Amino acid sequence: MGKTTFVGAVSEIMPLTTEAVMTDASAGIDDLGMTPLKSTTTVAMDFGRVSLDRDLILYLFGTPGQHRFWFMWDDLVRGAIGAVVLVDTRRLADSFPAIDYFEEAQLPFIVGVNGWDGQYPHSDSEVRDALTLAPHIPLVRLDARKKDSVKSTLINLVEHALTVRMAVPGWSG
Amino acid sequence: MSSATAEHREFSHITPEYRAISELCRQVRSVAEVSALLRIPLGVARVLIADMAAEGLVRVHQPQLDAGRPDVNLLERVLSGLRRL
Repeated sequence: MGKTTFVGAVSEIMPLTTEAVMTDASAGIDDLGMTPLKSTTTVAMDFGRVSLDRDLILYLFGTPGQHRFWFMWDDLVRGAIGAVVLVDTRRLADSFPAIDYFEEAQLPFIVGVNGWDGQYPHSDSEVRDALTLAPHIPLVRLDARKKDSVKSTLINLVEHALTVRMAVPGWSG
Repeated sequence: MSSATAEHREFSHITPEYRAISELCRQVRSVAEVSALLRIPLGVARVLIADMAAEGLVRVHQPQLDAGRPDVNLLERVLSGLRRL
């Protein structure tokens, strides 16, 4: 939750939306019970851009977290720096698939707990326990509406990606 | 993710989609950006850009990767860029 807001907080352009067509194969795992004749559907993906240097542009992609959108992630994770899994503490279970996916894909990720008006109803350890998060995965609290908060979340992610990178033998870079 | 930059060419013989993509790619753009700005699905944008690259109409840039991951130098540049924001 808060993906579009998160991307918009740091993007120098209004977050753009692109559509991906869900194929028959991936639609098969989606629940299309309500629309039996529909074999494909489109899903929206938000993205923004941040120019970091004359020749360096950071792109941020926001995609929904459910299983049925994994077909989009397979492309996005290729060459990506990492991911921020934005969790809604009222619906923690919704984040399980995303966490499983990034662990499997060996993509560095951090967990961001989006609090509205500084309200975080659960302690860090409660959230970690509920998500069975490995101790080395950073958990940060953020306000997706605030640029500084999103910026420090991204810094946290890149630092984590560097740490992971340095720790893996043969990936001396 | 890749980005594309247009070569300067005579576009009179090409399709409207090619022309629109070439116009956009006068500056470096991500494939997703091309898709969003032209309102064409991502998969279609990717195919069009790949075809254009094969014809030499755009150049596709790949990020600096090391075994499929961004290299340490790139990560450090991103980090200092973010800190300056």
